[in-house]
Amino acid sequence: MPLEVNGKSYETDEEGYLANLNDWSPEVAEALAKADDAELTENHWEVINFLREYYEEYQIAPAVRVLTKAIGKKLGKDKGNSKYLYELFPYGPAKQACKYAGLPKPTGCV
Amino acid sequence: MTEKTFVYLNRKAPYGSVYALESLEVVLIGAAFEQNVKLIFIDDGVYQLTKGQKTDGIGMKNFSPTFSALGDYDVNQIYVDEQSLKDRGLTMDDLQALTYEDEDDDWAEKNSMHLVNREQIAELIGDADVLLNF
Repeated sequence: MPLEVNGKSYETDEEGYLANLNDWSPEVAEALAKADDAELTENHWEVINFLREYYEEYQIAPAVRVLTKAIGKKLGKDKGNSKYLYELFPYGPAKQACKYAGLPKPTGCV
Repeated sequence: MTEKTFVYLNRKAPYGSVYALESLEVVLIGAAFEQNVKLIFIDDGVYQLTKGQKTDGIGMKNFSPTFSALGDYDVNQIYVDEQSLKDRGLTMDDLQALTYEDEDDDWAEKNSMHLVNREQIAELIGDADVLLNF
């Protein structure tokens, strides 16, 4: 199902992930979240921006264990735990945050 | 669950077949099981770790930056066959310097790369509980 943002149409896969990495913009992220009835706060953006930087450097989306550890190191212990990340992204931190970050679905489970 | 030693034997060039990328993906997924993981690069497999790979001309994704993420996945025992490098006119300086941060040592950055001879490789393979050949 294509995603409509400001009159432009973006191709997505059957789970709503962007088909083309280069289609991403903050507006597209907002629209992807809206399609899930989620709202992006500053805390969400911290994680989304972190994921985009990680992908830029390593060409992969990190596994949730790696994400949790790295967030803790970068943003502080109170954010580097699964409780915090699941509260932000109840569908699974890596899975849902990667979707809004325009990254491919991570290999592995959550 | 008892910990097992997993040895991944990487023998093929990075592109032209899917072996190298598949191996790396299995390593990353398998890392979730927190086992004792060792990677060996031998024969054309040593090319997988070379610096400065450019794949624009062959229409494949350059996945070599992903090797730097291995440290984050606690995969930090990487062995390179000395003879294979020599046969191809390469040295360790031609390869990426992979490192990891030691959580038990105040996140000190440590080297993951080890240059080994055939005898040591035979020993590594002999000590493996699970051997995956790519």
